Amino acid sequence: MTKGAVLILGGRSDIGLATAHALAGAGHPVWLAARNAAGLEPERTDLALRHGVEVSLHEFDVLDTAAMPGFLDALPGLPAVVVSVVGLLGDQAKDEHDPAAAICVMRTNYEGPATILGLIAERMEARGSGAIVGVSSVAGLRGRATNYIYGSAKAGFTAYLSGLRNRLAIRGVHVVTVLPGFVDTRMTAGMDLPKKLTAAPKEVGAAVRRALEGQRDVVYVKPVWRLVMAVIRAIPERVFKKLRL
Amino acid sequence: MILSGWGRTTAQDCRVSRPRSEAELAARVAEGGLIARGAGRAYGDAAQSAANTVDMGGFRRMIAFDEATGQLVAEAGVTLDEVIATFLPRGWFPAVTPGTRFVTLGGAVAADVHGKNHHRDGSFGATVDWIDLMGPDGRVRRVVPGEALFGWTVGGMGLTGVILRVALRLKAVETGYIRQRTLPAPHLAAAMATFEANADATYSVAWIDCLARGPSLGRSLVLLGEHATLAELPQDARARPFHPPAPKRRLVPFEAPGFLLNGLTVRAFNEVYWRAGLAGLGERLVGWAPYFYPLDAVEGWNRIYGRRGFVQFQCALPLAVAAGALEALLREISAAGQGSFLAVLKRFGPQAGAFSFPMEGYTLALDFPLHAGTAALLDRLDRIVVTAGGRFYLAKDARMSRAVFEAAEPRAAAFRGFRAAEGLAGAFGSTQSERLGL
Repeated sequence: MTKGAVLILGGRSDIGLATAHALAGAGHPVWLAARNAAGLEPERTDLALRHGVEVSLHEFDVLDTAAMPGFLDALPGLPAVVVSVVGLLGDQAKDEHDPAAAICVMRTNYEGPATILGLIAERMEARGSGAIVGVSSVAGLRGRATNYIYGSAKAGFTAYLSGLRNRLAIRGVHVVTVLPGFVDTRMTAGMDLPKKLTAAPKEVGAAVRRALEGQRDVVYVKPVWRLVMAVIRAIPERVFKKLRL
Repeated sequence: MILSGWGRTTAQDCRVSRPRSEAELAARVAEGGLIARGAGRAYGDAAQSAANTVDMGGFRRMIAFDEATGQLVAEAGVTLDEVIATFLPRGWFPAVTPGTRFVTLGGAVAADVHGKNHHRDGSFGATVDWIDLMGPDGRVRRVVPGEALFGWTVGGMGLTGVILRVALRLKAVETGYIRQRTLPAPHLAAAMATFEANADATYSVAWIDCLARGPSLGRSLVLLGEHATLAELPQDARARPFHPPAPKRRLVPFEAPGFLLNGLTVRAFNEVYWRAGLAGLGERLVGWAPYFYPLDAVEGWNRIYGRRGFVQFQCALPLAVAAGALEALLREISAAGQGSFLAVLKRFGPQAGAFSFPMEGYTLALDFPLHAGTAALLDRLDRIVVTAGGRFYLAKDARMSRAVFEAAEPRAAAFRGFRAAEGLAGAFGSTQSERLGL
């Protein structure tokens, strides 16, 4: 039996490609969506060669919400699974003084992904089947001085996914929230990340696959993050506000 | 970033970058003193440069595969593990593979690795149709067999440029099983005679008990192998001929304390291995993984030697004097009483290439935990090899002195000359090449 196609939003990112490999390896055809999609031709060839599945490229800009319905109409069909790995870390220290840059971070991490997943959710609900995976972040679980613009947008996205799941659970559409902690990617290149808390993109891909196969709702890529965030969330605000985290 | 080789004795703080495109890579090349690093499976400091180490993890895409010829084109960071995972289910296997599949194609070319079929099929370079190489000017050239640059690149330890893409021929196989035949050899002469008598076997290698002494000096189990055909598989395995039952992947979860590893435990291990081998004589079917890659099943096996790490010793000896030299080496090792868990003896066939390690004759490979007596023993072994006109495997070297290298490598001067003439000397270099004066 051929498996249903997977649409990956943010197909150029390390996590997007790792997820593409994980799901193509399970036999799913893959549709990679990204800006300048034609530049992903080497990745398309690599995926197709390794996994023997159909792989196609689709032009997609997460900030161009007006173009989203047209983007969906132009796809080969409605995918069985959609995974959004779109994200932009930004530069907190700079962005907090630059509203335009901050808005870009907010829109890229929240407005854009939520909008496209919302549109796809409509269509999947009508069909009565599908799976929606949103890669959010543990940064959304509590705002911190060092990354609250990014974190707040991810918080919004996490809440959106939670609500979507709540709405669609009885409609046959499965919604997964993936919460990676630190991931060793281009986005974090040059940052000094603690090894034990840092996942490889491959681990995120594997976590997405496991979540889909196991019908999980919320998954932490590295289980230790559940503990770390429980501690961080338990600190009273009175104390937390004086910490440098 | 602290890097070291697989033997974990060459820790060094290196500036590491991970370019994603040829343009980014070219910018690194322009800085000079660059060495490309693949999977970090060289045992010593061959893939370390304090100033400019390039992690090739940004170049790991497969590009094309020709079902008619078995030619695979892939970027240098692709590993043999990935090649096997992708193509064995379609009936193809690397035509030459070293004892671990966790090496990159770029690393395999740079070290011109060899496998158990060297006596028949030559080294890894013999399976390569072309290489795309980034030169000191940042330009990419396609080099083919016959060109001087190809000859120095295969086995050139990354010192001729950055290997970007490789076209290699895979070999067609009907199954993922090997018909393995185990022949006992009570001493060195018998082991060598067994190799010579089985020159037509596709694969041959011997496990050698380097602690055996006296009349048993060099006692070995010689393992021969042939790719099993579909008809040779038992009925129940024919449905999934490329998927032998996988051995469990084990992990060495901690660094073994040094005292665990001494003459006694190693001697005991070798004794048990020998007896188990005798019990398992004759022919049996073995999956490709345990046959080619027994140590790959133990993730992080290099930690078994503890925090201090270990050094590998591998030499090649010319055929005419191999018997005497091997005997002298084994005498030194068994007298010192500190051999390795697994020592390997293998017959090499003729070898092409300007700077490749193999030579027609024999190769002996062993590892030693690093402690007080090791350095002196290794120096004595070095001398035996140099006197015999043998040479050393740079992919395993972590400690050779410049003097020993010069004595063992009459080819070094020509390589140095080529590097100077082509403007490669300043652009590409590793901690190893500095140590050896290449």
